[in-house]
Amino acid sequence: MAAEQKFTQHTWPESPEQATLEGKNKFLGFWFFLGGETVLFASLFATYLALKDSVPSDTHAKATDLFELPLVFFMTMLLLTSSLTSVFAMYHMKNYNFKKMQQWLFITVVLGLGFLGCEIYEFNHYYHEFEHKFTSSAFGSAFYTLVGFHGGHVVFGLSWIIALMVRNAKRGLNLYNAPKFYLASLYWHFIDVVWVFIFTVVYLMGMVG
Amino acid sequence: MSTIAHTQKRGFAGTVWEYLTTVDHKKIAILYLLAGGFFFIVGGIEAMMIRIQLAVPNNDFVSAGLFNEIITMHGTTMIFLAAMPLLFAFMNAVMPLQIGARDVAFPFINALGFWLFFFGGLFLNLSWFLGGAPDAGWTSYASLSLASEGHGIDFYALGLQISGFGTLMGGINFLVTIINMRAPGMTYMRMPLFTWTTFVASALILFAFPPLTVGLFMLIFDRMFGSGFFDVAMGGNTIIWEHFFWIFGHPEVYILVLPAFGIFSEIFPTFARKRLFGYSSMVFATVLIGFLGFMVWAHHMFTTGLGPVANAIFAVATMAIAVPTGIKIFNWILTIWGGSIEFTVPMLYAVAFIPSFVMGGVTGVMQAAAPADYQFHDSYFIVAHFHYVIVGGIVLGLLGGAHFYWPLMFGTMLSEKLGKITFVLFLVGFHLTFFIQHFLGLMGMPRRVWTFLEGQGLETGNLISSIGAAFMALGIIVLLVNVVITQKKNIQVGRDPWKDGRTLEWAIPSPTPFYNFKQLPLVRGLDAFWIEKQEGKTDMTPAEPIGDIHMPNNSFVPFVISLGLFIAAFGAMYHADEGKDWAIPVLIIGMLITFGAMLYRSIKDDHGYHIHKEDLLDEAEGGTR
Repeated sequence: MAAEQKFTQHTWPESPEQATLEGKNKFLGFWFFLGGETVLFASLFATYLALKDSVPSDTHAKATDLFELPLVFFMTMLLLTSSLTSVFAMYHMKNYNFKKMQQWLFITVVLGLGFLGCEIYEFNHYYHEFEHKFTSSAFGSAFYTLVGFHGGHVVFGLSWIIALMVRNAKRGLNLYNAPKFYLASLYWHFIDVVWVFIFTVVYLMGMVG
Repeated sequence: MSTIAHTQKRGFAGTVWEYLTTVDHKKIAILYLLAGGFFFIVGGIEAMMIRIQLAVPNNDFVSAGLFNEIITMHGTTMIFLAAMPLLFAFMNAVMPLQIGARDVAFPFINALGFWLFFFGGLFLNLSWFLGGAPDAGWTSYASLSLASEGHGIDFYALGLQISGFGTLMGGINFLVTIINMRAPGMTYMRMPLFTWTTFVASALILFAFPPLTVGLFMLIFDRMFGSGFFDVAMGGNTIIWEHFFWIFGHPEVYILVLPAFGIFSEIFPTFARKRLFGYSSMVFATVLIGFLGFMVWAHHMFTTGLGPVANAIFAVATMAIAVPTGIKIFNWILTIWGGSIEFTVPMLYAVAFIPSFVMGGVTGVMQAAAPADYQFHDSYFIVAHFHYVIVGGIVLGLLGGAHFYWPLMFGTMLSEKLGKITFVLFLVGFHLTFFIQHFLGLMGMPRRVWTFLEGQGLETGNLISSIGAAFMALGIIVLLVNVVITQKKNIQVGRDPWKDGRTLEWAIPSPTPFYNFKQLPLVRGLDAFWIEKQEGKTDMTPAEPIGDIHMPNNSFVPFVISLGLFIAAFGAMYHADEGKDWAIPVLIIGMLITFGAMLYRSIKDDHGYHIHKEDLLDEAEGGTR
């Protein structure tokens, strides 16, 4: 079976993620899925913009009170770097260098976990210092839903990458798992792109009022 | 595993297990047909109850509260649980065969899509037995639905969320199938119209369902988790729901009607024995309708108060859709024109569809004029309009399609005689029911009203409407009798039973082998099978020698993933109640089942299996039986 065939660095195809029909289908299907995800996040952004600073009374914190640039900038850097390291991982995947791919994926996961830790700290901070809760105002609901959906995607992406790393740790690359690694990395890029928009629309625009 | 295992007779339990685990698009099509048919009957019974209640003034057949539940469930069931899955049944049964594919791109996802839809629909309908159904209308506007007591709206939001995931996956699957799995020579502009409309409808699903997902999440969060998206007291905005619902809801009507157009576009050339007139303009019109379908959602909200500029823009965009639709209508008429016409049951439905649907289209343009819509809004005129497009377009398409594709799906032919009786009863009943409703609306009868008073001039119209509904019900009963008789007799009609099949699905043996095509066919033009017939051949020219065929394995995992969400939904729904501490654990257990099953799927290799060349050759000689 083509999918289980053993390869060497020389026989490994140029685009292993699309070398089989299954791979091609997954590749295209996943891009469509990301198209749908884009609409999902667009809807969440629209909701957030409609409900930004929409609070029941003036005692509630607004965007300018909440956000602080240093932490969010640090988180942005973590996530952008993790996207870069996942590119390195895919570079090694295409060169049939399994060990290096796993190493770069591991760094990606560590950076992603760092991002997640910061986000948990951030939410905790807003919750306790500003009484800014999911249930306190429409603004709170929209904020936590948008950023939380992104956070949920980060959790899912990390679990996915970890599952792939553990599952394939002993057997290395083949044409059956190469598309899986590739798609997980594509998903990770998508999460990164969404975060760039969150950084701009939620945090930067939030700071200027 | 080899071919032989699949051709052996199974016991009852074996058959059930086969259908629970199947990933074969032909069997999934049958599952969609059965489940969709069941929900169609349920929705139909609800419709009959509405018409019984409204048959005479001051009626008390059902209470006002129950009436609200019935109309809500009628609309929701018919759109999400009957029309969508029935169309998915035909898409699954026909589209892969039309493009010359052995299967869909993602057989596993295909099964997952069905089971998600099924469990979502089951969850929604369990509301009848667990404290009352949703009662805020199928649109479930937030200001109403947040105020609704009990768990009805929770059933609506969670049930539609689950089935919506399934639909989205089905859409992606069809898109990739059509792009990647076409047989050699099957270029885009040689694809049959039903494949084209499936393609465009799937693209609409991909972009229209996520806004509904978001809207439903916000409704779930507001009702069960204390958020304030739609709660004005918390700074929320109830109009957001309306926007998301219609950004989804308007494309949804095209998701439904385009595949119905596709079915008619197959029926007309077959029974007029003439190539579809203006094929490329049909494709163009389909794509344009799909595109414009996203530009018009606010015409459902003319009276919401978006302002004259927004209303004017959306009014003009809405009227623009009449142009590509008109192109289609004329193309169908010109397809029949001068043809050698045969009035079989499918053709009768197709011919009846044209005037019926045009009437719905004309009232649609009337409502597109925003100032006039202020008069029509929330009246029975609207009810008449959308039933003209949905029943006159989609349901006639489904009934015509059922008769047309029955031999392809089951190898038997529905009785033409009983089919004609169904047709006459249903068509007469349909016009009797809904034509008069235009006038009831113009006379001031509001939509969704529980009862009406004597002496307001509404008695006769409502009585006529209810009598019409009874005709439709009779028609459907005759159809069911027809199905039972046909399957009981079980006379296999063989390949190409209409004799004039034009496209690839009629070129394969009947019953369709589970691998569809032994050799992928070479497609040499539009109406590929017709071209071969014209040259005196009985089979398609193969594009490859006989070789091993790769097949996917059956899997029980799709069922388990969907079951997990079904269980989790109960936890989410009941956790807001007092003294139901078990709810959160149930939510967590359900999600663990779902994600655990997904993880299992991810780490367990599934390479499928091969049917060997030798077995295929044996079978050709009749060696396996």
